[in-house]
Amino acid sequence: MNNIYLYIFLMFAVTYAVRILPLTLIRKPIENRFVKSFLFYVPYVTLAVMTFPAIIDASGAVWVGALTMAVGLLAAWFGAGLFPTAAICCVIVFACSFLG
Amino acid sequence: MTAEHKQDIRDGARDSVPIAVAYFAVAFSLGIAARTVGMSPMQGFLYSFLNFTSTGEYAGFQLIAEQASYAAVILMTLVVNARYILMGAALSQRIPEDSPFWHRFIYAQSITDEIFAVSIHRTRPLSIWYSLAAILPADLGWSAGTALGLSMGNILPERLVMALGVALFGLFLGIIMPPARENRVVLGVIAVSFALSLLFAKVPPMSHMTSGNRIILLTILIASAAAALFPVKDEEPEKEDAHE
Repeated sequence: MNNIYLYIFLMFAVTYAVRILPLTLIRKPIENRFVKSFLFYVPYVTLAVMTFPAIIDASGAVWVGALTMAVGLLAAWFGAGLFPTAAICCVIVFACSFLG
Repeated sequence: MTAEHKQDIRDGARDSVPIAVAYFAVAFSLGIAARTVGMSPMQGFLYSFLNFTSTGEYAGFQLIAEQASYAAVILMTLVVNARYILMGAALSQRIPEDSPFWHRFIYAQSITDEIFAVSIHRTRPLSIWYSLAAILPADLGWSAGTALGLSMGNILPERLVMALGVALFGLFLGIIMPPARENRVVLGVIAVSFALSLLFAKVPPMSHMTSGNRIILLTILIASAAAALFPVKDEEPEKEDAHE
């Protein structure tokens, strides 16, 4: 059994290091185009991978998950914004939970 | 404390309060989604107060729930949060020359997507009072939201908890889809990420991989491929055309 406080501390150490290093030791901006591009794409990939198919498994039934994903994608695409998109997803899962 | 310092504190708090409210709500859904991880509300508070980052923390919850190795947790945190290096480099330019070195250890914690944005858009030079006033309400809202989400996840009716649990996914979609509408490459990257994530989650032998390792592997793989095939253009302003 790994220690939860050690997990917390290690994540904090790494996260704080990437925040503090550019302010202290490495003050030169990153020039490398590949590295800059990689860092630009990382959030999109990570958030997409974490969202799908996890949203399917979290919705109670596959069809509910598929519906939630589809409606969430459309709402976000058409500019509903963060919180309305999240609220719509919640409402779908909650409403459908009475049907199953 | 001078009048200028007081103004800095007022400005920081003014910029921080709306962020704190939003962070509280996002962290609440983060806590709900993490209810099965086995973290106490107090540990969740500490986790969020120190780490102060949504993507890294959600990925971290996945890894902790699966009892991943410490090395995997370190690698994931590094990859997912490395983009803060770019923000740090930009913020570094704005720190007054005469400010004491230790101030930088405070400024560092102001590097989150939202607080960085308000700090960098401010017309006045960066000040430690402004940054403290901006960091504290937002970080406390973030931590309290996580702790409350973790505790509510075990109290509220299962139906409601399940519904609230997808809020985080809705937020993630709300973050990634609007830029995808403006940028075809981002749209393609997201589509490939969805497809490979499904493949790796459901089709053996890839599906034997833990979800934490899947996040790490696919992030490195897809972001590297995208960076190699579609490097982003430099943001430096182009020179005026001399002929016009």
